[in-house]
Amino acid sequence: MHSRQRVRMHGWGMTQAITAELLAANAADDLPAILAEAKHGAIARGLGRSYGDPAQLAGGLAISLLGAGRQIDLDPTTGLVTVGGGVSLDALISAALPLGWFVPVTPGTRQVTVGGAIAFDVHGKNHHADGSFANHVRSITLATPTGIHELSPESQPELFWATAGGMGLTGIITSALVQMIPVNSSVIAVDTDRYPNLDAVMAAMVEGDDRYRYSVAWVDCMRSGASMGRAILTRGEHVDDAAAAVKIPKSSRISVPFKPPSGLLNRLSITAFNEAWFRVAPSHAEGEIHELGAFFHPLDGLAHWNRLYGPRGFVQWQCAVPDQAGEVIATAIKRLSERKVPSFLGVLKRFGPGNAGLLSFPMAGWTLALDLPVGPSALPEVLDELDELVVAAGGRIYLAKDSRLSPRHLRAMHPRLDEFLKIKASVDPRGVLRSDLSVRLGITSAMP
Amino acid sequence: MSDAFGNPQTILVLGGSSEIGLAITAKLASRTRSIALVGRSQEKLEQSATHLRSKGAPEISTVIADAADASTAAGAVEAGLKALGGSVDLVLVAVGLLGDQEHDENDAGAAAELVAVNYAWPSAALSALRPSLITQGHGLVVHLSSVAAVRVRRANYLYGASKAGMDDFALGFGDGLDGSGVKVMTIRPGFVSTKMTAGRKAGPFSTTADKVAADVVAALPSSPRILYSPGILRYIFGILRHLPLSLWRKIPG
Repeated sequence: MHSRQRVRMHGWGMTQAITAELLAANAADDLPAILAEAKHGAIARGLGRSYGDPAQLAGGLAISLLGAGRQIDLDPTTGLVTVGGGVSLDALISAALPLGWFVPVTPGTRQVTVGGAIAFDVHGKNHHADGSFANHVRSITLATPTGIHELSPESQPELFWATAGGMGLTGIITSALVQMIPVNSSVIAVDTDRYPNLDAVMAAMVEGDDRYRYSVAWVDCMRSGASMGRAILTRGEHVDDAAAAVKIPKSSRISVPFKPPSGLLNRLSITAFNEAWFRVAPSHAEGEIHELGAFFHPLDGLAHWNRLYGPRGFVQWQCAVPDQAGEVIATAIKRLSERKVPSFLGVLKRFGPGNAGLLSFPMAGWTLALDLPVGPSALPEVLDELDELVVAAGGRIYLAKDSRLSPRHLRAMHPRLDEFLKIKASVDPRGVLRSDLSVRLGITSAMP
Repeated sequence: MSDAFGNPQTILVLGGSSEIGLAITAKLASRTRSIALVGRSQEKLEQSATHLRSKGAPEISTVIADAADASTAAGAVEAGLKALGGSVDLVLVAVGLLGDQEHDENDAGAAAELVAVNYAWPSAALSALRPSLITQGHGLVVHLSSVAAVRVRRANYLYGASKAGMDDFALGFGDGLDGSGVKVMTIRPGFVSTKMTAGRKAGPFSTTADKVAADVVAALPSSPRILYSPGILRYIFGILRHLPLSLWRKIPG
C-alpha cells in the first residue's frame, strides 16, 4: 500500500509554493499503472534540492521513492553498484566509502537522490576530468505510463539520453547501475590560492585545472572595479593512504530552525562575510588535508541553510558558456554589481565537453552559479539581460536551478528539444509526465 | 505557472476596462502566455486589448458580461478560464462602480446597482472560480478594494459599504483557501486619480493607477494578505478606524 497526501511543496529557493498530491511509493507499487491513471499529470520528486519548480506539479501528482527501500548492491571488486532511484548520494557514499569506492560525480550537496542526479545529469568539481553523472551510469530502470524499460546507452541510446538530463519528463527512474571510482582514503589533498580579481582566477584555471581532478572557485560578487570577482580557488586530489581510518561524511546536526522574518542575508552582512571569508583563506597553501564532506559539501554542514534567505526566498542563476565566451562571466558579475543586485554566492568552474544527453546542461567552457535573494526590483530585468548575453554566446541556463527563465530562450539554449519531445511522446503519448517547470517553459502543455 | 518573481503566464481580468486593473496587467503583459478580459463593453475591452498588445501580450481574449447582473458571473468565469486553457495564474478582481453619493443616496436603483457591481457580481464570480482554483493547486487572486472599505463615511457610504462587503468577502475567501496553494491579496488604494474619480477632490496621499500597479507587481512574490497603496495608509487607517465615532464623523467628505 502506498499513501497519498495533499501537501504544500516548493523548491530549495522557497519560491513558487504550490499544493499537489504527494505519493510515497514503495517498491511493490505498479508505477506504470499509477502514471497511466494520473488524471492531472505526474512527476517524480526526490529530496527537493532543485531550486525552482522541476520537481513539483500544481494540482497534480508528485511521486516520491524516498521510502521505497534502500537498495544499494555494490560489487566491491568492480565498483559497480545497483542503486534505487530514491536513494540519496549521502546514503550511497556512506555505504561505499568503507569498501573503497566513491561517487564518480557529486554536486555540492549529498542530499540529492540517484534518480535526481541522473534526471539533471548533475556535475561536480571534476567535470573537466570526469564529465557529468550520466557518463558513469551503465543502465537505468525507467517506469513510464506505457511500462517498465531497462535502458543502457548501448541497447536504447535514444531513450537513455532523453532520460539523462530529462528532468523526469520521460518517466520515473526506479533504479540505476552506476560505476563508482576507487578511492583509498576519505580525504582530499587541497591546494588553495587567492586571486585579486576575476581575470586572474580565470587565467589560473585555464592554466592549471588539467593538473587536478577537482577544481572550483568561490567568487566574491559584491566587489566592483579592480577587485571585481576576487576569488578563492581550491583544487585537489584524493589522497592515496589505504592505512588511514576512513571517516564517513556525517549529516549535520546544526540547523536553521525557521525563516528569519526579513532574512539575515543582506548587502551588509554578506559583504562582511565575504571579506572575512576571503581573508581567512590562505593566499597560498599546498597539500592541505580536507575531509570529503568539508571539501565537496560545505553547505551540508548547516541544515535548512536556505531558510536564511527569509520569506521571499532566493533564485539561482547558473549559465554554461563556451570557452571563447569567457567574457560573459565578467559581464554578468559586473552587470549585477552596477544595478545593485546582490549575489551572495558565486561559484565558477570549468567544464569539459558535454555528453549525448538531449537536454543535458554542461558544455565545454565555463560555468558560473549565482545565489540571488528575491527582492531587488532590478533583479528580474537583469537576469533577463544576462540570459540574452548567454544565448548570444551560444550558451545555456541550467534548468535544475531555474525558476524564471523566459520560454522564448528555450530552443536556442536547448537545440535538441524537438528530438527530446519525440522520444518522450513514444513512452508517454498522453503527456502525463510534466512539472511546473515544463509547463512554465512550454516544454509540455498545462493540461492533458 | 508563475515564475519565482510572481510573474503570471495566464491572467483573468474581471473588469477588463478598469484603469488600475489594466495598469497592473500592462506591467505583466510581456511575460504572459494568455490574458482573458471580462467586461460589459466589447468596444472598451478591445481598447484594453490593443493597449495590452502594445505592451507585448501575445494572446488576449474577451468575454462579455454585465456586472450589474450577478447571474452572469459563473458563465463569464467559465468562459474566461476556458480561453486561458483551463488554469489561471492570476485573477484580478477589478470590477467597480464609484457611483455618485449625492445623486444616488435617494435612488433605490442606483444603490442596488452599486451593491450588484461592487459586491454581488465579484463574490459570485469568485465562488464560481473556487473549485477550479482548489483543483489547480496554485494561483493568486488580487482583489482591488479601497481604503473606503475600511470604515464607512457619510460622504461616500454607498460606495464604501459595497466595497466593505466585498473586502470582507475577499479576506474570508482567502482564509478559506488556506492550504490549497492559492493565495488572495487585497489591495486598498487611497484616492486614485483615474477616469472613475475625474472631477472629484483628491484626498491626501492620493496616487495614480500606475503607482498602485507598481506596488501590486512589487508585492507579487510575497503576496501579503492586505496591501495598502501608498503603504503609509496602513498606519493612517490603522488609527482612523479606531477613532471614536464622534471624531470620525467630523472628518470632511
